[in-house]
Amino acid sequence: MTYTADEMMTVSGARALRDGMTCFVGIGLPSSAANLARATHAPSLVLIYESGTIGAKPDRLPLSIGDGMLAETADAVVSVPEIFNYWLQPGRIDVGFLGAAQIDKFGNINTTVIGGDYGNPKVRLPGAGGAPEIAASCREVIVVVRQSHRSFVERVDFVTSVGYGSGPGDRERLGLTGAGPKKIITDLGVLEPDPETLEFTMTGVYPGVSASAAKERAGWDLAIAAEPEIIAAPTPAELEALRLFQGTRARSHQ
Amino acid sequence: MAEIVSLTEAVERAIRDGDAVAMEGFTHLIPFAAGHEVIRQRRRDLTLIRMTPDLIYDQLIGAGCARKLIFSWGGNPGVGSLHRFRDAVENSWPVPLEIEEHSHAGMANRYVAGASGLPFAVLRGYNGTDLYRLETLNDHSGGAWGGRPPRSQQSHGAGPTIKPITCPFTGETLTAVSAVRPDVAVVHAQRADRSGNVQLWGITGVQKEAVLASARSVVTVEEIVDELDPRPGAVVLPGWTVTFVARVKGGAHPSYALGYSVRDNDYYVAWDAIARERETFTRWLDELCSPGGGDPPQTPPGHGGAARPPMPPGAPLRGAI
Repeated sequence: MTYTADEMMTVSGARALRDGMTCFVGIGLPSSAANLARATHAPSLVLIYESGTIGAKPDRLPLSIGDGMLAETADAVVSVPEIFNYWLQPGRIDVGFLGAAQIDKFGNINTTVIGGDYGNPKVRLPGAGGAPEIAASCREVIVVVRQSHRSFVERVDFVTSVGYGSGPGDRERLGLTGAGPKKIITDLGVLEPDPETLEFTMTGVYPGVSASAAKERAGWDLAIAAEPEIIAAPTPAELEALRLFQGTRARSHQ
Repeated sequence: MAEIVSLTEAVERAIRDGDAVAMEGFTHLIPFAAGHEVIRQRRRDLTLIRMTPDLIYDQLIGAGCARKLIFSWGGNPGVGSLHRFRDAVENSWPVPLEIEEHSHAGMANRYVAGASGLPFAVLRGYNGTDLYRLETLNDHSGGAWGGRPPRSQQSHGAGPTIKPITCPFTGETLTAVSAVRPDVAVVHAQRADRSGNVQLWGITGVQKEAVLASARSVVTVEEIVDELDPRPGAVVLPGWTVTFVARVKGGAHPSYALGYSVRDNDYYVAWDAIARERETFTRWLDELCSPGGGDPPQTPPGHGGAARPPMPPGAPLRGAI
């Protein structure tokens, strides 16, 4: 079956989640991937949204984090102060699944402003939402983002959510309890932090993606593993499940 | 005890120019009808507070009602940018908009502090972020981050709203956020009884905290009933914590009220095209402010009702996203 780069990215994101995990789900690409995981290999994945829905079991792709279906299918619905204070902050949640407008080589995320200065930005983005504390307190973080010169930058214009700061030791110094970003999943492949420097390195590429293409679509001198894993193409079952979700999402707009 | 009045009267009596107003509703039960009434009554210089300023604040900001926005995520959920918000921040149109920006956890805790009658709340958060750095430098005297000069204001003045605090028991450094204490909270709920006791359920967000943190409150409801029978997970606001209750069926449209209506996703998509240009937005605004304009639909979306924003002629409907 043929597939798009976005479909490969979403499938790759879904594969990063293991069955039975608890997952704090960000809006957009992460939500698609988390729901795909639940529909395929991880039926017991616990989806937690910042709207206060714990254990949501949507049968179509939610349009927003406050979709009524999330509340109606959840194990529990709690208030917004409670979801952050009782559930996220103590480090109960295995994985935070986030998107980004900009991300840098240490996995710091910007969703606030691009260009200019803060008081007079070139582009005003939506802002932080739940991401700073998700990035700080989940046991680990996975980021799903399309890779380009604009999104992959040497240093983010604004640190909305902290990855590894400026390198080894920063998370400990800042008192961030979670382990930080373990994977960046893009439309070209998968990056993981170098064990020594914590700089994100391309350790896996999708079929047909060359290392030089991945390098070209990064705003820093992207390190590529000596022998990057060739990540398996989406299976027919994965594609079918994803397209079923996307179809229901498109239909819910009509 | 809450007074049961019309929406027009509730807004006239509760909200004044220059007030700090928190319209809450976390993707559900968003008080759109009340926001539209604030626009029609031409309130000015408001400090608007809301965790997720979505379409309702895009409309208020574009209409020139706000001088400051306190928030943690400003976007059109599932669609994209808030064009009026961006135009105000990037180009000061129609008036300059000062912003005070937080994370969701920070904003939620600021409401908790306000509701608890405390000056601040404590959390693990913000460490290493530029949100923190920005607020630390935020003496409102200008400088690298372009802070604006101080403006005296009833409850939300100058100065940082995030600071480090040492735990008196363990010595650990944590983060303190200052309380928000709005003049007025505005929320939408499913029901009230004739004594003004209010009941809401489903995703209840931060509405309870917003009402209890505020000096006054306006609650619009889908219906007023003789008795509030229990609902799973419901929040009840006793009538003596609420100032005004107004019955506005469909008052959360295009957001939804669980059990009463569904989210009108087409409106959110259509808004993107309306808000993108000042001209199309201004036509929308003129129509809202014309007699009878912008009344909430009386039938749920998808049931043949008037469940659409007033559409400028020829405005394109963007396809599914």
